[in-house]
Amino acid sequence: MTLAPKKRGDLPLTPLSCPTEGSMGNTGSWRTFRPEVNYSKCTKCTLCWVFCPDAAITRQQDDSPKIDYDYCKGCGICANECPVKAIVMVREEE
Amino acid sequence: MVQRVVDTANHLAGYAAKAAGVKVVAAYPITPQTTIVEKIADFVESGEMDAEYIRVESEHSAMVACIGAAAAGVRTFTATSSHGLALMHEALHWASGSRLPIVMAVVNRAMGAPWSIWPDMSDSLSQRDTGWIQFYCAGNQEVFDTILQAYKLCEDERVFLPAMVCLEGFILSHTYAPAEIPDQAKVDAFLPAYKSGWVLDVNKPYSHANLVSPEWYMEFRYLIQEAMENAKRLIPQIDKEYAERFGHAYGGLIEKYRCDDADLVLLAMGTIGSDAKLAVDKLRKEGLKVGSARVRVYRPFPVEEIVKLAASSRMLVTLDRHISFGMEGFLGSEVKASLYGQQDRPLFSGFIAGLGGRDVTAETIEKVAKRSLKMLDAGRVEKETEWVDLRE
Repeated sequence: MTLAPKKRGDLPLTPLSCPTEGSMGNTGSWRTFRPEVNYSKCTKCTLCWVFCPDAAITRQQDDSPKIDYDYCKGCGICANECPVKAIVMVREEE
Repeated sequence: MVQRVVDTANHLAGYAAKAAGVKVVAAYPITPQTTIVEKIADFVESGEMDAEYIRVESEHSAMVACIGAAAAGVRTFTATSSHGLALMHEALHWASGSRLPIVMAVVNRAMGAPWSIWPDMSDSLSQRDTGWIQFYCAGNQEVFDTILQAYKLCEDERVFLPAMVCLEGFILSHTYAPAEIPDQAKVDAFLPAYKSGWVLDVNKPYSHANLVSPEWYMEFRYLIQEAMENAKRLIPQIDKEYAERFGHAYGGLIEKYRCDDADLVLLAMGTIGSDAKLAVDKLRKEGLKVGSARVRVYRPFPVEEIVKLAASSRMLVTLDRHISFGMEGFLGSEVKASLYGQQDRPLFSGFIAGLGGRDVTAETIEKVAKRSLKMLDAGRVEKETEWVDLRE
């Protein structure tokens, strides 16, 4: 959550950020390639969940990954790490 | 009770940190600063000072530790010189941008290469644009007093910026002179307990100084500029209050000496500014109308004071213990920049002197004044920057 100031007088001395989901906004919009999970190939090893640098992958009840496209920047690390190639990077369309 | 001592400016800086009730000191030794933090280490070890003394692996770490401590809400102090200050450079921006009122003694020492341990102001003046307030001292007592004044200023809610208290290596740092350590109760009355502008709190966690988009970055810079302007207003007030309480006054931003009817005013920072008084007295005896003005605060720069001096004199002369390669000394540049908007500007000449610890005596200053008076008589300046006592 960002408490956006309206005018200069509202600013704190220095920017202070409380722990919050996506304080820089919807960073998923930066993405060029989108990771897509083929759940039939997925072995639920959770490596993608471990390696995701943005914590944009959650581990579901059955240990399969769920990608949060609001914050996934499309770096491709999950696809690179997946040992069974169950994640592929697909170009975002307009 | 006032404690009278005969001690070095470095030890007095240590006494000042103790009197200010500093709670965290993080420092790395470097000549000629080392005896400041040695003195503090003694105080902490003996229990005379209730502070955390953090030994770190570099000056960069020293500053970062001070930032962390100040952000946790305690008064912090450090000291450095020369290459140590240069190594801190990146962290200096984090301290000012986070608006943390850290006070640091900078014992001025020339930059290498070639290696030098002797004084000039190229170390601290290179940090001009880091958002730190900069004081320059001319005596041991002033070092002690200015550290207390710096805390008072920096912790004011209209300022919340860090400050460097600069003193020239060896000329002050290792030279013994009489000084007074005021009664602790009186210091406490002058300098109330530190109350930070914001504080880290584990129960209400947040991070600070994070990414700011172009939409708001400029405004945060403007807030620092405003704080500097506020500091410029507050420094003379604090100097006055200090004088009322402790009997020592330094003229606020600028210490003027026999300037009122002076044709020519010599401007300098640090000890050259105090030696200039001796030169002025001698020249006055010869009937020459010369005064001196010691610029005590370099950031914020006392533009208005310079304008006043220009209005009442016919020539301004700067003596810089500094050179900005490819231009001139910073003091010279900024004195001139302060005057551009004025209709009738006095003549100006700038002198580079005392680099790397070359002696600048009253006789040297007298020579500079006489050379400048010749230019004033001729009504023009041949060369805007001259190097004093440069070997052929």
